Amino acid sequence: MNCRSEVLEVTVEARQVEEAMLALLHTILLHRSTGKFHYKKEGTYSIGTVGTLDFDCDFIDFTFVRVSSEELDRVIRKAVSEFKDALSNSGSDGMGQISLEFYQKKKSRWPFSDECIPWEVWSIKVNVVNLANEQERQICREKVGEKLGEKVINVVEVINRHEYLPKMPTQSEVDNVFDTSLKDVQPYLYKITYQITDSLGTSVSTTMRRLIKDTLAL
Amino acid sequence: MDSDLSPQDKKDLDKFIKFFALKTVQVIVQARLGEKICTRSSSSPTGSDWFNLAIKDIPEVTHEAKKALAGQLPGIGRSMCVEISLKTSEGDSMELETWCLEMNEKCDKDIKVSYTVYNRLSVLLKSLLAITRVTPAYKLSRKQGHDYVILYRIYFGEVQLSGLGEGFQTVRVGVVGTPVGTVTLSCAYRTNLAFMSNRQFERSAPIMGIIVDHFVDPPCSSQRPANMGQPCNYRAPDEEDGGTFAGVQDSQEVCTTSFSTSPPSQLYTSRLSYQPPALTGAAELCHPAGNPNQVLHAGKEGGVVLVPAQPPHGADAHITVEHAPNTPSSSGDDDGLSQSAEGRRDEGRRSVSPADPVESLSAFTRKVGAFVNKPSTQITAASLDLPFAAFAPRGLDSEENDPMVQPPDSPPCPSPLQASLHSQGSEGSGQQDDFVMVDFRPAFSKDDLLPMDLGTFYREFQNPPQLASLSLHISSQSMADDLDSLPEKLRVYEKNIDEFDAFVDMLQ
Repeated sequence: MNCRSEVLEVTVEARQVEEAMLALLHTILLHRSTGKFHYKKEGTYSIGTVGTLDFDCDFIDFTFVRVSSEELDRVIRKAVSEFKDALSNSGSDGMGQISLEFYQKKKSRWPFSDECIPWEVWSIKVNVVNLANEQERQICREKVGEKLGEKVINVVEVINRHEYLPKMPTQSEVDNVFDTSLKDVQPYLYKITYQITDSLGTSVSTTMRRLIKDTLAL
Repeated sequence: MDSDLSPQDKKDLDKFIKFFALKTVQVIVQARLGEKICTRSSSSPTGSDWFNLAIKDIPEVTHEAKKALAGQLPGIGRSMCVEISLKTSEGDSMELETWCLEMNEKCDKDIKVSYTVYNRLSVLLKSLLAITRVTPAYKLSRKQGHDYVILYRIYFGEVQLSGLGEGFQTVRVGVVGTPVGTVTLSCAYRTNLAFMSNRQFERSAPIMGIIVDHFVDPPCSSQRPANMGQPCNYRAPDEEDGGTFAGVQDSQEVCTTSFSTSPPSQLYTSRLSYQPPALTGAAELCHPAGNPNQVLHAGKEGGVVLVPAQPPHGADAHITVEHAPNTPSSSGDDDGLSQSAEGRRDEGRRSVSPADPVESLSAFTRKVGAFVNKPSTQITAASLDLPFAAFAPRGLDSEENDPMVQPPDSPPCPSPLQASLHSQGSEGSGQQDDFVMVDFRPAFSKDDLLPMDLGTFYREFQNPPQLASLSLHISSQSMADDLDSLPEKLRVYEKNIDEFDAFVDMLQ
């Protein structure tokens, strides 16, 4: 099975990094989250309800819709915040990439650990620019808003191709497909990683791989 | 065709499509209410949340949608459309977007109705939630209030996109294949948001009397005509103040209203584009038709205003408008030119190459040049307020208007100066023959009819002729008169010596 890979690229000002990443990651997760499964007898299940929430960005002229789940929001914000800090500490160039990877777990026999097989990877490349004056910042605010709108349309277009999605699992398999740790929603298993490119942009001198969801822990 | 589909599946599919249509309308209208939407996730299914999404049902909207559907389902050739329009407090209105739920004949026989189709419809609804915040009407709807309101209209049948103006864009939200056809959800939105007022037409001959009737009947009443829109302001039914605008459809056809905070001379068509065109460079400066990156902010300062975003890269808004007369930048050019011409005259002959910045500005501004006021044919010397105008030769009319050549208040010159002028006058006459008048040619313009360019212009003004008044004055008097009047003149001059000193200082 091939892993679907999509790349989105944005150019933002430093203070816009967080909201731009949140906008895109939440938009993707909105489509890749379902309600909580409640398994009943005889292999049937019912699905909970996913609520949605409009979020107005402060530094970008943009509003995005996210899943109405504070837990999920916290997790995403934490990841984005780490990415933003790494980006600002890295150097003057301000280029980096944050990746949202959806995967399935495949249980292996002992002593081998479970395998994580990605089936969809979204890579968001970020280019941070510095602006000289307020007028440019105002223009950037609006332009980035429009660009994010375009990216949302791209995301929606990819998702609505209705390509491979993991099969709906049985009760015993649900943790191999979905992240069941949240109380109110159930996204597909995912992990967020990021990379900061150095000023040369040619090689990755600093690679930080942080597993937000520690799925490899035994 | 449906033989493969079990009756239960067919029934389920119909139900899914019906409720999908109703939920689609709810999402769209709620996204245009002007408020942020927030619904709660619930881990326990309530059974009433279709497609596992918490989407509230506004009763009036459901009613309108059901009324439009009239028991039918979206099918091939029968699309369900939600039209979003804007109506100002003055009664002008404009269609902003049309959301279309269509069905085409491409069937996916193998798909499982109760599971795959349902889940995909759920994903499509989520996509609709996301896309409704992205189209331009969203920002407008968030700012609706006293100055304008957003209205919706649901209709069933053929899709009508003519009201969206030229250059409307389409975004496809998504498709879901079903055994009976493919459900497609898309949005066509207006990009041309500048429109001119039709008020002048209304006063002369109202197309349809604009009914200022803000108190509409409750929705259950069947008196409202089908082409009226509903306001996207959800209130309890008895408090509705919908904009009844029976004249909307017709008035849109007649003409349009301009929304702009810029002065009228700087109006230009705005174009919003969500396609990825090659707009990222400074090439935007050269787009005469408008600013592709325009963002709409309506209703801020009162009245619906179309506030153009600052043109990209900090360029001055004036410069992006071609052929704008009397823009401030062009008056700045005037001063620059007159100063530079003066400098050249002082320095004598000098070859001047056309200044590149000035030439580039010529592409942007087109106005009457500094040295030209009127065509010479229209000038009679007597009509000019000039000293010695009666003596002005015809051929030097344009020069007469030139404040550089003809200072308005030239004091009488002392005789030594006169003598020098006289000697130059004879040369000047020869020079006058070489002098080619720049008759009513705009400065800095590229005139395709005549090969007059900036370089030629400068060269010609390298050798300005003598002050016409002085040379004429001299020629009109004989030397004898001069000598006779000399003592008296000297007395006058000595009296006013301070004035002359100041004048001489000024010349230096």
